[in-house]
Amino acid sequence: MRGLSVTGAVVKYGDLVAVDGVDAAVEPGEIVALLGASGSGKSSLLRGIAGLEPLAAGRVAWNDEDVTTVPVHKRGFGMMFQDGQLFNHLSVAGNIAYGLYRQPRAARRARVEKLLEVVGLPGYGARPVSELSGGQAQRVALARSLAPGPRLLLLDEPLSALDRNLREHLVGVLGDALRTTGTTALYVTHDQDEAFALADRVGVMDAGRMLQLDNPDTLWRRPVSRRVADFLGYEPFIDAELARRLGGPDAGPGQLVGIGPAGLLADAAGTALPVVEQRYRRGEVLIDVRLPDGQLATVTAAEKHDGEELSVRLDRAGCAVLPG
Amino acid sequence: MDSPVERVQPRVPVDAAPAQARPAGSSREGAPGPAAVRPSAGPLAVALWAGAVLVPVGFLAVFFAWPVASLVARGFVTEAGFSLDGVRSVLAAPRTWRILGQTLGLAAAGTAASVLLGLPGAYLLYRCRFPGRAVLRAMVSVPFVLPAVVVGVAFRSLFSVTGPLGGLGLDESFAAIMVALVFFNYSVMVRTVGALWSRLDPRTAEAARVLGASPVRVFCTVTLPAIGPAILSGASLVFLFCATAFGIVMVMGGVGFSTIETEIWYQTTQLLDLPAAAALSILQLVVVAASLLVASRARRRSEHALRLRGDAGAEQPWRLRRDLLPTLVTGLVGVGLLGVPMVHLVVRSFATAEGWGWRNYALLATTGDGSLSVPVWTAALNSLVIATQACLVAVVLGVLVSLVASRRPRSPGLARGVRLLDAVFMLPLGVSAVTVGFGFLITLNRPPFDLRSSPILIPIAQAIVALPLVVRTLLPVLRAIDPRQREAAAMLGAGPGRVLASIDGALALRGLGLAVGFAFATSLGEFGATSFLSRPDHPTLPVVIFRLIGRPGADNFGMAMAASVILAVLTAAVMAAAEAVRPREAEL
Repeated sequence: MRGLSVTGAVVKYGDLVAVDGVDAAVEPGEIVALLGASGSGKSSLLRGIAGLEPLAAGRVAWNDEDVTTVPVHKRGFGMMFQDGQLFNHLSVAGNIAYGLYRQPRAARRARVEKLLEVVGLPGYGARPVSELSGGQAQRVALARSLAPGPRLLLLDEPLSALDRNLREHLVGVLGDALRTTGTTALYVTHDQDEAFALADRVGVMDAGRMLQLDNPDTLWRRPVSRRVADFLGYEPFIDAELARRLGGPDAGPGQLVGIGPAGLLADAAGTALPVVEQRYRRGEVLIDVRLPDGQLATVTAAEKHDGEELSVRLDRAGCAVLPG
Repeated sequence: MDSPVERVQPRVPVDAAPAQARPAGSSREGAPGPAAVRPSAGPLAVALWAGAVLVPVGFLAVFFAWPVASLVARGFVTEAGFSLDGVRSVLAAPRTWRILGQTLGLAAAGTAASVLLGLPGAYLLYRCRFPGRAVLRAMVSVPFVLPAVVVGVAFRSLFSVTGPLGGLGLDESFAAIMVALVFFNYSVMVRTVGALWSRLDPRTAEAARVLGASPVRVFCTVTLPAIGPAILSGASLVFLFCATAFGIVMVMGGVGFSTIETEIWYQTTQLLDLPAAAALSILQLVVVAASLLVASRARRRSEHALRLRGDAGAEQPWRLRRDLLPTLVTGLVGVGLLGVPMVHLVVRSFATAEGWGWRNYALLATTGDGSLSVPVWTAALNSLVIATQACLVAVVLGVLVSLVASRRPRSPGLARGVRLLDAVFMLPLGVSAVTVGFGFLITLNRPPFDLRSSPILIPIAQAIVALPLVVRTLLPVLRAIDPRQREAAAMLGAGPGRVLASIDGALALRGLGLAVGFAFATSLGEFGATSFLSRPDHPTLPVVIFRLIGRPGADNFGMAMAASVILAVLTAAVMAAAEAVRPREAEL
């Protein structure tokens, strides 16, 4: 198999099993995102692949060549850390050139220049890293990890320490940089917007296991379990009978229907349900209604609703059918 | 840059947070079993690390553990075999108890005075903001690095019958020695307490004020409990320094006053009663161990969670009404206790039988009235050469120890080993220099180490004394390195050697200047061990000063003054250069 393949990886910290038998593969040129709550084992898996943590079992291979016992610095993998981990005693250029020390000086300088352009910081080479803002520092960290041309780049929540606006902007910068350099990447995040924006395939991890690894569309429309759907933001989960009454997708007995964020629509021809609460978010109105089974569900509307009841129906495309 | 203290360095990623909650000592199964697949270190790396452990440990074993252990054994072994007679006869002598009482009394009084005077100083210099504070802080910390012999000479001339304070009749008295000890240790108190106080979150006290507490009540109920552990920690350190003070007591005590340290010297070199000296050394070890125990207890307590902030947040501008009392006390201490003796020493060094002039300094090129075996300048040169050698040994070993002790091995066994190594190399700090020097004298005088007449003995003894200071300076710098920095370097293709050089090495280099300074200044002024080992034809500057001060005659006294000024200037210059390159992480 070409690219990265991870088989039965187990990472332990003492008695704690952080990664519990994970299989995963990343093809050359592909960007795979790993989603998971904190404590799900996604960062530990990344460190296991990098060689920063020993695998208690399993194997890591690149192009079918087993690298499980190869030391970190000889794997040809790169890593971008959550807080950058820039070397404070080196300048911006010194940081980026750190992994290029085998190259002649001129080639090194040219490579540094080129990467500063890729991350949108041309001319920053001579600055000390202590003068960089949080966003600039992460761009330099990206340039540094791309500089040696790693055959696989591991990104460990590289944007999570930044504020929201900056994060949304840098996701674009990151994606462009990875695509223009044709870098194969494994990207760990707890932010699904980031994952879906960047990745060719997205994996969801929980309690050290890989629950599902699929392309974004399949993952979103056909989550394999309630756990995955829950993590993606489906709620509430209703039984097949209620789903049918509300005009939702066909589900077999014992199956569940998860209502996605846009799964419930206001429709005058639908079922009237009592309104519990209404609130604004980013110019829209979120209307909570009480379903016949007692759970709350949310409808997004353009303006506030007058009246104690709202007629709604399920949108088939916005719902997911799940095993019970 | 972030304050290193506040930076948290998880060894495991956030994802595996529960693993961090595990207490450090209970990680029986920390290492993966034999089935674990991991990149392994090469045989070369293993050999190099083993060397980095074995060389310093071997050095410490031969030149510290063995001499001290033999010394202790000497107290119990006579020609007839194992016997408690030697110890018993020393313990039965009233003289011993008088000396023990004097030692403890002196240490207790010196500590109490240092705490009382040090608290206002710590408040003013670390809690208040005012122009010129940095200069004041630097000036206050000068006395601590001054050689004990110099301090002794300065105070002796101050209190001597012909000195400006001669009228007090305190020459060779308990009180005079205590004042000199406070001079020496004041900055220890100010620094230890001030470092914590400056970072104490003022909002806790503000909360108490808002709840209706008066400033006095706030100080007693909020501030004092918070800085209490630092006071205790500083006080036990000061107690240790006072109880093992040698140079000051030797110079100022004369024949009338002695402590355990000076008595060991007296029994060894004057009465040649080695069993008695050994028994006294054991007594000294007990005193030292007790105060170290209190110190470590206090330090553990001071690690309790406190609300701390960066320096800037916790400081307040100086205000006359509120800060009048601490300002007056600190001003008085600064001028009276710290300033007067130093100024007096310099002034007195220019006073000669023929009026003011450079005569005392000119005499440094001679052997005085023949009481010295070499001219003072030659002794100064000896000191510089010996200090350079000692510094080299201490820094090389200190770097090795710090590198090893800053590792965080995965295997619990190795991690325990690393902690043990750290602790073992602090031991010389707790064992008096006199004990080390005396131990050298009785063990390194026969095969396999017949070094009695070797000139290398003094630098080695001084290196042992300086080694803990070097480690204490370098280790915090290396420990402050986020382990992920090394991981980042490895991920960029740097092998273990390059990681060590480009990450650890680059940062340690910043601490190295201060470490070299401490080592050099320590050995320059070292008197305890050196006084045992120094050969008559090859004395160091402190030894010469001590000999001069013990001789009658105005010229001898004047030469002692001038030589003390030279030694003080040398030490201050070394420390000033070292402070200039001091990194924030280094403590002390």
